[in-house]
Amino acid sequence: MPDKIGEVIEASTAEFAVECYELYGTPALGSLIKTSDGDVQIYGVVYNATTESMDPGRRPIARGKHEKNEADIYSSSPQLAVLFRTNFQALVIGHKIDSDVNRYLPPRPARIHSFVYVLDDREVKDFTTSLDFLYLLANAPFAGPNDEIIAACLRTAAIAQDDARSFLIRAGKELAVLLGAEPQRLEAILRRIRL
Amino acid sequence: MSDNRLGIVVAGSLSAGLDIKLDGSASVEDMAVGTYVVVEGVKSSLFGMITDISLEAANQQMAITPPNVSDPFIAEVVSGTAVFGKIKVRPQLFMGSDARSLLDGPRPVKTVPSHYSKVRLATEADMERIFGAEDAKHFHVGNPLDMEIKVCLNLEEFVKRSNGVFGKSGTGKTFLTRILLSGIIQKDIATSLIFDMHSEYGWEGTSEHSKKVKGLKQLLGSKLAVFTLDEQNARRRKVSADYIVEIGYDEIEPQDVEMLSQTLNLTQNACEAVYSFAREFGYGKWLSGVLALEGGEETRILLDRLNVHESSFRNLRRGLDKLSRLPFLVAHARDNSVKRILEYLERGVSVVLEFGRYTDIAAYILVANLLTRRIYDRYRERTERAMGSDETSPQPLVITIEEAHKFLNPQLANQTIFGTIAREMRKYNVTLLVVDQRPSGIDEEVMSQFGTKATYLLDNERDVDNVLMGVAGKNELRTVISKLENKQQTLIFGHALPLPVVIKTREYGSAESYQDFGFKDAAVLKKKAEQDKDELW
Ligand SMILES: Nc1ncnc2c1ncn2[C@@H]1O[C@H](COP(=O)(O)OP(=O)(O)OP(=O)(O)O)[C@@H](O)[C@H]1O
Ligand SMILES: [Mg+2]
Repeated sequence: MPDKIGEVIEASTAEFAVECYELYGTPALGSLIKTSDGDVQIYGVVYNATTESMDPGRRPIARGKHEKNEADIYSSSPQLAVLFRTNFQALVIGHKIDSDVNRYLPPRPARIHSFVYVLDDREVKDFTTSLDFLYLLANAPFAGPNDEIIAACLRTAAIAQDDARSFLIRAGKELAVLLGAEPQRLEAILRRIRL
Repeated sequence: MSDNRLGIVVAGSLSAGLDIKLDGSASVEDMAVGTYVVVEGVKSSLFGMITDISLEAANQQMAITPPNVSDPFIAEVVSGTAVFGKIKVRPQLFMGSDARSLLDGPRPVKTVPSHYSKVRLATEADMERIFGAEDAKHFHVGNPLDMEIKVCLNLEEFVKRSNGVFGKSGTGKTFLTRILLSGIIQKDIATSLIFDMHSEYGWEGTSEHSKKVKGLKQLLGSKLAVFTLDEQNARRRKVSADYIVEIGYDEIEPQDVEMLSQTLNLTQNACEAVYSFAREFGYGKWLSGVLALEGGEETRILLDRLNVHESSFRNLRRGLDKLSRLPFLVAHARDNSVKRILEYLERGVSVVLEFGRYTDIAAYILVANLLTRRIYDRYRERTERAMGSDETSPQPLVITIEEAHKFLNPQLANQTIFGTIAREMRKYNVTLLVVDQRPSGIDEEVMSQFGTKATYLLDNERDVDNVLMGVAGKNELRTVISKLENKQQTLIFGHALPLPVVIKTREYGSAESYQDFGFKDAAVLKKKAEQDKDELW
């Protein structure tokens, strides 16, 4: 079992928020992660990572004027690492009940404090054998550049594949069907995933 | 197999054909009208021909703002999804997959496959399942265009009906006819009597640039005999004819002359006069009788008595004089040629009758009619006798005639023996193989009776119309005929094969081609026998 990277701090059916154990410890945009609601494993895609002050009233101030490099700022003020935290959002794209992986929303949202793990290559490959989750991604109601997230997700997933190109072609074809009425959007995504 | 996959059925009907959406991996540029495909349903498969090809977009927007397909990745993604090719397929044959239907073979299509059935290009194995491999009764006549597959005719079916080979001059009719006959005779399906007006079937024929090709005698040996009407000519060509045909005056019947009325410019009255003379002189003697009339007082009295007008008589005499100048027509024949031909045919030996120098159409019509009538009578008699007893009926006979419209035109088709044979089909085990470059000259009813037709390029609309008389899918076939090349490409359809198909007729003329027909040298045969023995051990 790989190390957990954080835990769920807010959850709804379609997405959940994660606080990372490490400052700046967020997985790359578009990475596939998993958590659970106890019995059911829930899969998500990473997006919208933020790092902010623990205390919303206290804004950071500039500290590096007399330091040689950026890392020295943190070593001179060790308390900084605990004053900030890194969070991210995850869009739910599937779940696993017993051994069945479904690329649609789970019956219940994740539980607060559930641990969160990044999928390893083997798990990514298994999950992406079907690309049905692209439907959830393409139609996600989230605020923000969701086409960027789709592209990032596919790029990241491609790395885990034996044949990245044929995976991306397959994914592209799936998108071409989903976005047939929006050729410009389709092309924008395709440009971001081509090899 | 998956290499061959083209796409899936998305719509269609039995009458209008099936719409197939092509997969992204199948390029429309690789499709060709006329190509055969297989639609794989759940319980059965369908065999069909591509009849149209089109380009489609899933969404109107795709046509308005086309994606950047100069990027190969984007091009590959959108093809088959956002934009795709579509083909139209006309279902032709149904093939069940249970044991029963495998035995029955392909059947006519009565329904369409379900939605999204997979479609793939027909493989060689499919084609072979349809057109059959060569065997005792299936004979390889050519290959579909661009395919190394044998298209085989079921010769047993073929000889059950009269058949036709059509096409304009120089396209390959005579070559194909020779090929067909060599198959029919070699496989002992039937014997043939070939009226060889231009002496190109018997010993040898010519190809382009006056190169020689073997005639049937050289290939079939003792299974075929060459008869000639022109001994001198045969000798000059160093052809050893098996028999010299002479026809005695006594064998010519009034209706033979009637048949010739056009060629000999005979008036209606002159033709009728022949019957009067026949009654007067007797059926076997009328020709000698008329030719002996000197034209004096005696003749005048006879004409008066028979009520034959002087001018009709002169008209008839001119015609008969012309006939009597044909050297093979003699007052007293040394032998009965009809009997001799029948003897050969009844022994299972086919006969080529060469006309030598007598390529005059009058000679051809006279001889072909006269012999065919006698031979047909004999076959009818034998078949009828066989029906009433347990005597075997005679082996089927195929009578091969070139210039068929001379015998089967609408004016004559009701009177000539050829018309009778064409209409009766196989009743008496005699059928025709007609060869013609002007099929529009052949009577429509006769044409519609033909079982199998092969047509080369025809450039006259009326000829095409007549050949396709009563054929399903006429309009599509018409396009196909007009796209045939000038030579050696023929559309063949009818009873002897399951589907209409365009073929390149098999090569005839090279040493290898003769070997492919299975006509091996004795040395080769011996070696083969030894090989077989080795393999056995
Ligand atoms: N199967 C074939 N194998 C080899 N050559 C062929 C074949 N078919 C046609 N040809 C070529 O085409 C030429 C014409 O063929 P063929 O003599 O059979 O024409 P045709 O249709 O009988 O013409 P016509 O109406 O003038 O008698 C031949 O001389 C030969 O060179
Ligand atoms: Mg010819």
